[in-house]
Amino acid sequence: MKRDQPSELEPRVNESGIAIQPLYTADDVDKSGGLSMLGLPGQYPFTRGIHPLMYRKQPWTMRQYTGFGNAADTNQRFRYLIAHGQTGLNVAFDLPTQCGLDSDDPQAEGEVGRVGMAVDTLRDFEVAFDGIDLDKITVSLTINGAAAILIAMYLAMAKKRGYDLKRLRGTAQNDILKEFIGRGTWIFPVPPSMRLVGDTIEYCAAHAPKYSPVSVCGYHIRESGATPTQEMAYAFCIAKAYADEVIKRGLSVDEFAGRLSYNFNIFGNIFEQVAKFRAGRSLWAKIMKEQYGATQPGSMWLRMIAGGGGGGLTLEQPENNIVRGAYYALISALSGAQTMALCCFDEAYTIPTEYAQRISLRTMQLLIEEMGLTDTVDPLGGSYYIETLTNQMRTDMERIMVETDAEGGIVKLVSEGVVQARVSAQAYKMQRDIESGRFPKVGVNRYRSHDDAEHPVQYHPYNEDDTRAQIAGLNRTRAERDNAAVTLALQRVASDARSGVNLMPAIVDAVNAYASVGEITNQMVAVFGRYMEPVRF
Amino acid sequence: MTGQRRIRIVLAKPGLDGHDQGAKVVARAMRDAGFEVIYTGLRQTPEQITRIALQEDVDVIALSSMAGSHLSFCRRLKPLLEEAGLDDKLWIIGGNLPPQDHDALRALGFKGIFRTGSKLDEICDYIKANAS
Repeated sequence: MKRDQPSELEPRVNESGIAIQPLYTADDVDKSGGLSMLGLPGQYPFTRGIHPLMYRKQPWTMRQYTGFGNAADTNQRFRYLIAHGQTGLNVAFDLPTQCGLDSDDPQAEGEVGRVGMAVDTLRDFEVAFDGIDLDKITVSLTINGAAAILIAMYLAMAKKRGYDLKRLRGTAQNDILKEFIGRGTWIFPVPPSMRLVGDTIEYCAAHAPKYSPVSVCGYHIRESGATPTQEMAYAFCIAKAYADEVIKRGLSVDEFAGRLSYNFNIFGNIFEQVAKFRAGRSLWAKIMKEQYGATQPGSMWLRMIAGGGGGGLTLEQPENNIVRGAYYALISALSGAQTMALCCFDEAYTIPTEYAQRISLRTMQLLIEEMGLTDTVDPLGGSYYIETLTNQMRTDMERIMVETDAEGGIVKLVSEGVVQARVSAQAYKMQRDIESGRFPKVGVNRYRSHDDAEHPVQYHPYNEDDTRAQIAGLNRTRAERDNAAVTLALQRVASDARSGVNLMPAIVDAVNAYASVGEITNQMVAVFGRYMEPVRF
Repeated sequence: MTGQRRIRIVLAKPGLDGHDQGAKVVARAMRDAGFEVIYTGLRQTPEQITRIALQEDVDVIALSSMAGSHLSFCRRLKPLLEEAGLDDKLWIIGGNLPPQDHDALRALGFKGIFRTGSKLDEICDYIKANAS
């Protein structure tokens, strides 16, 4: 009998380039390296999870990405989501805020409040988080180029409300190297950008030690065209670059590494994704322990948000994205993520509606309440397939990291646009493969319907009045604040930028004096200059 | 067609939108289709796009917009392009462009409108057929 022989089958290779066998046995696990890196949850090297009891003790935090219009609009949506059971916030800022521009800047025209909440001064933060208990609801700020300023604003707002900064939790994305690869909200050149990341980590380690000042994002590198193994390997290279920046200032690794966190993508093959997270968890622990000499378990933990996967969702037949989102949440739960933020089904079109966000929230709640995803830790652990793939992907991630270092290191490769060109070439190949049908996408190159135009997406309205109100509010703040104090604070930002001391104290002072995002950014631009993009495609 | 120069395209990312994966993919497709592509990179103002289009003597002005500010941007770009005498060039735009905005984009002079999901060859064929 020739039939049912593996050699008769078409080969299958996953996105990370690993050939997938039709069957796995204990022999495959052994050949890929065995179970020496498996261990127990909560124990080094944490392949099975960073905590011993994981979701049995506490389910993942649900933190949908939200923000639009002005602070008052966004505050309402925050309250809506919390009322529906959301357990954290993940704030979207508009592009002017992300690029360090005030709402009345000519470059901000047409962009104020469009893809996120507009923020000019501390006043906006006071409104945005009004009525929200920052001890119960942790807040993640999706901000990068302007992160130092918005972290300062968050800490200043919390302090004014009486919270003890020594106990305050929260996260800022603040991963500038990946902004140069994808996402693009850079402001300053690479060296001062690295310094600012170092300044925020160093400042938080001393003043807000429970706050996570950086969330290193494989997510956007994957969106830009990276494979799952590249996604994680490049993210680790970037995290190491930040760690090196802080260590050279004299901090020990255990003083800050426990507050580094991660943001990863989730779209793709279910088993490849789960193996990616398990492999990454043990590799990061190994790097921290063996290369950095970390001794605290927390320094070795790969704490992560996962669940988003915009690149996997489609404009075509958008309702399919509800189903994709459910699988993404399942992957994230099977992978032991600390936090989930699901992309909404209408996100390829518009700012998600309340309806779409509630569906995402319910998707996660269904897994917790009905589907048994929180009953036991690492339920796929011990599967021959998953353990083999975990070993193979860990090996590949390590190889990519070694190659990146051999090419001169991630900072150099990003500065020169090398990583950008590489992932862009892969994105082009993937697009061609989707268009030719070689890479299947349901509703796109398979199962198209004649009624594809009929879909349930409602566009989020953009309100020009919000822009006028935002600028009026900024002008009111400028008129009411102590402008002599603002001038002094801004001068200190410039002089500290020049002298090379940690910029955070000066920025905190400026923020407290109600200096605006644009005013503070301009002081730094005058010293640092602006980033010039190496345009390669 | 020896001696005939290749079609020259400026492909720009207008405004503050940082989503450049699609623009770079389209730029590669245009290059593979035999066009000369000047990709601007991110954060281009209307003035910058007009200046590059003039300096580079392009046949096609292409924008890639994913973050929703296309109408506001094109309203500012149109008079600058006209003033620079670039209104005889082919203006096209791609990206996240809701159908309800297409008439307004056409009225602003953007003849080719390519929503997310458009095929790369479709874009290149359109340029071949419509760029002089």
